[in-house]
Parts: sequence; C-alpha cells; structure tokens
Amino acid sequence: MSDEFKVEIVNPEKSFLVKDDVVEVIVPAYEGEMGILKDHISIISFLKPGIIKVNSKSGEEKYYVEDGILEFKDNNLSVLTSSIFNLKDMEKSKISELLKEAEKDINKSEISDQMKYLGDQKIDVLKSIN
Amino acid sequence: MASLDDLKKRISSVKSTQKITKAMKMVAAAKLKRAQDNAEKGRPYSQKMNNVILNLSNGISDKKNAPKLLSGTGNEKIHLCVVITSDRGLCGGFNANIIKKAKSYFLKLKEEGKELKIITVGSKGNDQLKRVYGDKIIENISFKNSKNANYFDAEKVGKIIIERFEKEEFDICMIFYNQFKNVITQIPQAQQIIPLNTENDNENKFDQSYEFEPDEDEILSNLLPKNISTQIFKAMLENSASEQGARMSAMDNATRNAGEMVDKLTIEYNRSRQAAITKELIEIISGAESL
Repeated sequence: MSDEFKVEIVNPEKSFLVKDDVVEVIVPAYEGEMGILKDHISIISFLKPGIIKVNSKSGEEKYYVEDGILEFKDNNLSVLTSSIFNLKDMEKSKISELLKEAEKDINKSEISDQMKYLGDQKIDVLKSIN
Repeated sequence: MASLDDLKKRISSVKSTQKITKAMKMVAAAKLKRAQDNAEKGRPYSQKMNNVILNLSNGISDKKNAPKLLSGTGNEKIHLCVVITSDRGLCGGFNANIIKKAKSYFLKLKEEGKELKIITVGSKGNDQLKRVYGDKIIENISFKNSKNANYFDAEKVGKIIIERFEKEEFDICMIFYNQFKNVITQIPQAQQIIPLNTENDNENKFDQSYEFEPDEDEILSNLLPKNISTQIFKAMLENSASEQGARMSAMDNATRNAGEMVDKLTIEYNRSRQAAITKELIEIISGAESL
C-alpha cells in the first residue's frame, strides 16, 4: 500500500505547486502546527504565517506562507494562499524587507489583537529563517 | 469634386491609420494570449475558494448568527455597484457593453426605489458614468500604472468594499465585468458578491463531513473577506482578457475598413485623373479644330 497523497498549492495567479507523491505535509495551522498524513480526516482550517514543509519521495521542500486556507479531502490537500515563497529562492534582502514591513504593521495603534498575534507570528518566523 | 492633391493626401492618411490599427491589433493579440493564460491559471484558486465556502456555509449551525458577509444585513435597500472597466479606449464595445448592462440595472433599482452607490474601477467606466450618475459615484479606482491585473490591486478594491460594508454603507454589492468567452464574444456579467449567493449548489457535495479548526464561524469570517478579493480578482482577470480580445477584433475591423477605404479612394483618384486627362485632350483638340 502506498502512503502517498496529492497536494496542490494555489495562489491567485496560478497553481503554485502540484505534487502527487507526498508523504507528509506540515502546515502552520491557526491553532498550531499540524502534520497531515495519508487518510487524514477531512478538514478545513486556515493558516497563520509560517513554514509549510512538504515531505515527498523526491525530498523535502519548504515554503514560507503568510496566510491561507487549507482543505483536506479524499487524500487531496489543497492550500489556498495569496502569498507564498519557496524558501530556497528567498533572498536575505527579501526577508528583511518583509520583516521591516511586519514590524511596522504591529506598531500601528489601531491594530486588533488578532492582527497583532498574527504579526508577532510573522516576525518570529521571519527571524527564524533569516 | 475633390482635387487630385486632396485625394492623394487622404489616401496616404488612411494608409497610415491602417498601419496604426494593424500594429494595435498585433499588440492586442500578443497581450491577449498572456491575459488568457492568466485568466485560466487564476481559475483554480477562485473555484477552490468557492468550494470551501460552499462546504463551510452548509456546515454552519445556525444561519442567523452567520457572518453578515454571508447572510446579508437583513435589508436590501442600498445597493453598491462595482463597475469594472478598462483604463484604455479603442477596444470596441467592451466598455460600452458593461456600462449598458450596469445602466439597465441602475434603472431597475430606481424603479424599485432602492438607493444606489457606485464604485468605478478603471477610468473609462468613470468617464461614461459620471455624466449621468456623477453624484452616485463614491469612489473611483484606477490602476493605470500596473500593467497586468494583479492580486494586490484586487485586494485593495476588496478592502475598500469591506470597509464600507462594515460601516453599513450598503446592503448588497454587485460587480459588473465582462466575461471572456472567446475573442469575438465577451459577455457582460452582473454578479452579486455581498451577501454571497450560495443557492446554486449541487447537493451531492455535502455528504462529506468536515472537521473544522477553529470552528466554522471563525473560519468563515476570516475567509469571506478573502473571497471578496478573489472574486474581484477573477473579474479583473476576465476583464483584461476580454479587453484585449475586444480590442483585437475592433482593430481587425478597423484595419479592414481602412483597406476598403483606400481601395475606394484609389479608384476615385484614378477616375478623376483620367477625367482631367480627357478634359485636357478635348481642350487641345477643340482648340486645333477651331483654327
């Protein structure tokens, strides 16, 4: 029995990644990191800023996401996100740029608690990969 | 009758117009290919988004407490119409079609005694609507500087709409855009985005039970604003493909018409040249005869 399933990551412009030999995906779900294996129960959740790890037969890939929704059904994982970057292609300057923006965002006065929480998350993640 | 010189000038001016329209057609054709690709690539996202929301809204326990973006405000008095057009002209009936569709909707609203607010996206729509509905336009957004439709711009529009919705400035939101069918056909569309229309679901999807994390309400309230931006982005992509398609066929027509005109003028030119020669000959002959 194979233990592979299909993952599809789409952003508004295009299908970002389609893979069908995935063994495990670790996603930064809103209430904590979540590992998804084959035959996981159908689930809908949304993402906080973090790293998506895709473990497939051909190796491990990491992506940085800022937000998104995830849906798992019939061994199909779809991740919808508006901002995603492959960690490999991300340059230091880009990271520090995002970091600066995030820091500016959370220092605004009219920010809600939820936004602040997400902003803090973003900064933590960005710092960890920088 | 125009003199030979005038005809010559007109022929050359029509010829250079033809050159321009031909070039514009070429450019539009190249851009169309790209816009079409983009529109096709963007489809999975909006489709998936739609599916998730349909599943979610079906799983929601009590519809009364559902987010207002889904269930509406309970009124339908004030309508906000977002009219998405292009920033450039010379694309045939493209903008006129959207405007026509929007205007007929505006009239219907007026008859029903509803209040109307308009947001125009793209400067051409604003130009055409501001004469009649100038006082109704509350915002005019234009993306002249961005070359292609991008999600960032769509998000900006989405944010504006949601902000206004939260201030309870309107109850129902419609977007108007052209759907791309093929190069010569674009269908003007009116789509309601607030409250979201979830009625046309097919039933068989719902036997699947989902686990939600966190609960449905929270996901929905997070998702719905995103869906607004997504729908607008979809509309913008369709629109830009339609715009190029419309421009291409309009310019194709213009090129052909210019060609016909050149032919017609050339015949007229030759004829009057011939007439002038004949006249001169007659003058010479009759002059010689009178001697």
